Amino acid sequence: MSISLETMLQLTIILPLISILGIILAKKSPNIREGVSVITSLILIYVVINLYQALLAGNNIDVFWWEIMPNLSVNFSIEPLGVIFALIASCLWLITTLYAIGYMREHKEKNQTRFYACFALAISTVMGIAFADNLFTLFIFYEVLTLSTYPLVTHSGTKEAKQGGRVYLGILLSTSIVFFLLAIAGTWFITGTLDFKQGGIFSADVDKSVVGMLLVLFVFGIGKAGIMPFHRWLPAAMVAPTPVSALLHAVAVVKAGVFTVLKVCVLIFGLDLLNVIPTTQFLLYVAGASVLLASIVAMRQDNLKARLAYSTISQLGYITIGALLATSSGVIGSSMHIATHAFGKITLFFCAGAILVAAHKSKISEMRGIGHQMPLTMMAFFIASLSIIGVPPAGGTWSKWFLLMGTIDSEQWILMVILMLSSLLNIAYLLPIPFHAFFSKDNSLPAEKVVENEGYLVNSQIKEAPLPALIAISLTTLGCLLLFIYPQPLFDLATSVLTNRN
Amino acid sequence: MLHLPILQVVIPLMAAPLCLLLKRPQLVWLFALFVSTVAFIISLLLLQQVSTTGVISYELGGWQAPWGIEYRIDQLNALLLIIISATSTVVLIAAQTSIEKEIPKNKHTLFYILYLLSLTGMLGIVSTGDAFNVFVFLEISSLSAYSLIALGKKRQALWASFQYLIMGTIGATFILIGIGLMYQMTGTLNMEDLSQRLPQVAQTKTVFTAFTFIIVGICLKLALFPLHLWLPNAYAYAPSIVTAFFAATATKVAIYLLIRFTFTVFGLSFSFTTLPLQGLFLVLGLMGIIVASSAAIYQKNIKHLFAYSSIAQVGFIIIGLSTNSVMGLTATLLHLFNHAIMKGAIFLALGAVVYQIGNSQLVNFSGLGRKMPLTMAAIVIGGLSLIGVPLTAGFISKWYLLTALIENNWWPVAILILLGSLLTVIYVWRIVEVIYFKEPLAENTSVTEAPILFLISIWTLIIANFYFGIDTRFSVQLTQSAAQSLFGLSP
Repeated sequence: MSISLETMLQLTIILPLISILGIILAKKSPNIREGVSVITSLILIYVVINLYQALLAGNNIDVFWWEIMPNLSVNFSIEPLGVIFALIASCLWLITTLYAIGYMREHKEKNQTRFYACFALAISTVMGIAFADNLFTLFIFYEVLTLSTYPLVTHSGTKEAKQGGRVYLGILLSTSIVFFLLAIAGTWFITGTLDFKQGGIFSADVDKSVVGMLLVLFVFGIGKAGIMPFHRWLPAAMVAPTPVSALLHAVAVVKAGVFTVLKVCVLIFGLDLLNVIPTTQFLLYVAGASVLLASIVAMRQDNLKARLAYSTISQLGYITIGALLATSSGVIGSSMHIATHAFGKITLFFCAGAILVAAHKSKISEMRGIGHQMPLTMMAFFIASLSIIGVPPAGGTWSKWFLLMGTIDSEQWILMVILMLSSLLNIAYLLPIPFHAFFSKDNSLPAEKVVENEGYLVNSQIKEAPLPALIAISLTTLGCLLLFIYPQPLFDLATSVLTNRN
Repeated sequence: MLHLPILQVVIPLMAAPLCLLLKRPQLVWLFALFVSTVAFIISLLLLQQVSTTGVISYELGGWQAPWGIEYRIDQLNALLLIIISATSTVVLIAAQTSIEKEIPKNKHTLFYILYLLSLTGMLGIVSTGDAFNVFVFLEISSLSAYSLIALGKKRQALWASFQYLIMGTIGATFILIGIGLMYQMTGTLNMEDLSQRLPQVAQTKTVFTAFTFIIVGICLKLALFPLHLWLPNAYAYAPSIVTAFFAATATKVAIYLLIRFTFTVFGLSFSFTTLPLQGLFLVLGLMGIIVASSAAIYQKNIKHLFAYSSIAQVGFIIIGLSTNSVMGLTATLLHLFNHAIMKGAIFLALGAVVYQIGNSQLVNFSGLGRKMPLTMAAIVIGGLSLIGVPLTAGFISKWYLLTALIENNWWPVAILILLGSLLTVIYVWRIVEVIYFKEPLAENTSVTEAPILFLISIWTLIIANFYFGIDTRFSVQLTQSAAQSLFGLSP
């Protein structure tokens, strides 16, 4: 290869930006416009895979862009967690673009050029977050991600969209401005650096109460991690078109949040310090409460996307718990959960969108018997649900296993019970949906139309989502299964999060 | 090169009456633009000279310093000169287009004369090293400002101008009384000389009184809460160009005076230790942020809204001063600079809206996101900079202010100013929602993008907002060394 690894790293951020130009120029012909997105994402995947191989080969890549303020510069480097995040985001960008082509056209959405442009911008910032070498760089991209996704959330321009956008932006910006920024400034003042470093950047004799306060500010300030009570933005963001909810609010944005939490815990505080900070235990319980409460709220939602949103909040809590447990299996579990949950949840969202497009249904109570009409979609829904719950044969099994091990290692029995309880709740709010889809009658049909034999004959004409969307769903479902059968590469990456770069 | 400090002031001063000879408004506009550009170039040359050879002291008419008038340019002055002359130039680019619709044709020449005089006054205040000379230039800039505001199209402009006249005159009188008292105690008007002589008589009631008069007078001028009442109407009813120019410069000049008098003339220990200025600034600054930002949220006229926002921003600037640290003063100076470019951009964009629509009521902004995409994008970006989003200039000053507060262990204050920027989010987003989510009003359906000259000047400042948010070498180094030298540390 003639392109140096440093250039590749920068390409991950710049490529999507260039594609914006192409998208805008090609706004007159949708096929070329979407072609630009697809091709860019293919190149992006190629580049990220190259970076992944470089990481495996033990290369260090450091890129320095410029110094914004003295000693505060925009730097990038590769490390395992970032590579995991970048791999997921770039793969799922491709798949989501495929899905979006089907969804947006079928739905005849307006302003599709703006949609794809903002999407590309969001991916670019996600890459910036994934490869940020210091907290300052990460913060810049974190804020830009919030702003670039605002037009996506409010895409429809309706009153509800405006309202949702208000909550979305309001919570994300206020937490990041008031808590996150303050925490960063505080960290910078105490340590004089914001670089991510294995083992943390605080010295051992630092005042524990101040650091404890900083940790609280960080965990609440990273609003994208959706810890209660700062979770409201996520359900609010569900007014967005489904591809947005799928990629941004099951993968890119929320994962940027927990990714940041993980990085802060592991590379700013360090596990040793985390263990002795007085507020860690408190935050663990907050995250535990978030896991449990969100699951309970999810059960009460009839709107499928809202239920999935609360489910996401609950699953994000898992990752935060794993990070705060400050044990190696906790961190491994969290890192893996970023990947497994991403695949599981994006499949679920794709299915929700497919149902909306093909059957025009968004309420769970209306989805009885829909399995006969959309068998593939609902099978995918079933498998993805298994992954979220954490049972074989889906990838979620492994990450939940390690998270559970983490709670046992650190003797956090209450949290262990919470995690298990929440898994039961996951079953309770996810599995009935495919179950009723296949085995129940559609109540909404007029009685005379229900022919004998469960009435599935009437509904049996298959009407699935558009082909691109269906391909996307199949791919992510395969991803869920693949992560179960062949988790080794992911596991290796996750283990090296704690050992890489001393 | 030798005479640059005086040329900085004299060129616009001489140019002002020359405008009368040119008669044709277009020509006058080009001439004013040219003069302002020359002033900008001179200020750049001065900065370069200051940074290579140190403080410039220029004796007016060859009379030696304590007796004659001295023009004294250090880094702080140079920074202010650049802010003033640069924004003046950028604003003037759009001036002719804008005043065509806002000011009757026969008053165009008058407008430029007043504008140049106002520019002269501000440049003079900043260049001079003589306390009484400050007062003279203050009056030049203020009197022309009153008349400029009175040129506004609406009848309320007269009343706003009158309010400003009363308040401004009280302020100027206070300053004059203060200067008189200092002269009585020390027998000198030269600032350097004053700073040497004042400590010997510092513990007298007269000096206390002089100090109080001067500070109160200046605070009136800089619209520090609760002395801000003149500002919203003055900004809202003045011609748009005037608002853009003043919002970017007028309060900045007053803040310069505040810094000059507290740091140089009276000295730090007197201002902050003998007298409780620190606590006073902190409390008033915080209250200003909270009260003015909250008021901004409820405004129906966008010019009013951003006028209140300016008062709030003065609060941020003053809090930086109150930290009494190099970091805090750097934050203050940075924000002087950054706030000038963001507010300049925003008010110019508002001027473009007024040009196309005729007023700046919030309802009229409905759906303009499609009609005037570039202008509206500028307002949004300016707003983001005001909020302090990373990669914009506003973030840099906020970061410095934040670290300065943490350095002092003022965590609660840090949280309060961050909450203050949340209020900024609210009032900026109110506009964003109207711009992008509402349908245009029936009478605005045929509105088009602003004229090109407007766009040039608006986007020059918007690009500056990004530039100084990304590459801060110029702004940070300059403000930092200015702050260090004000604290008597050699940079």
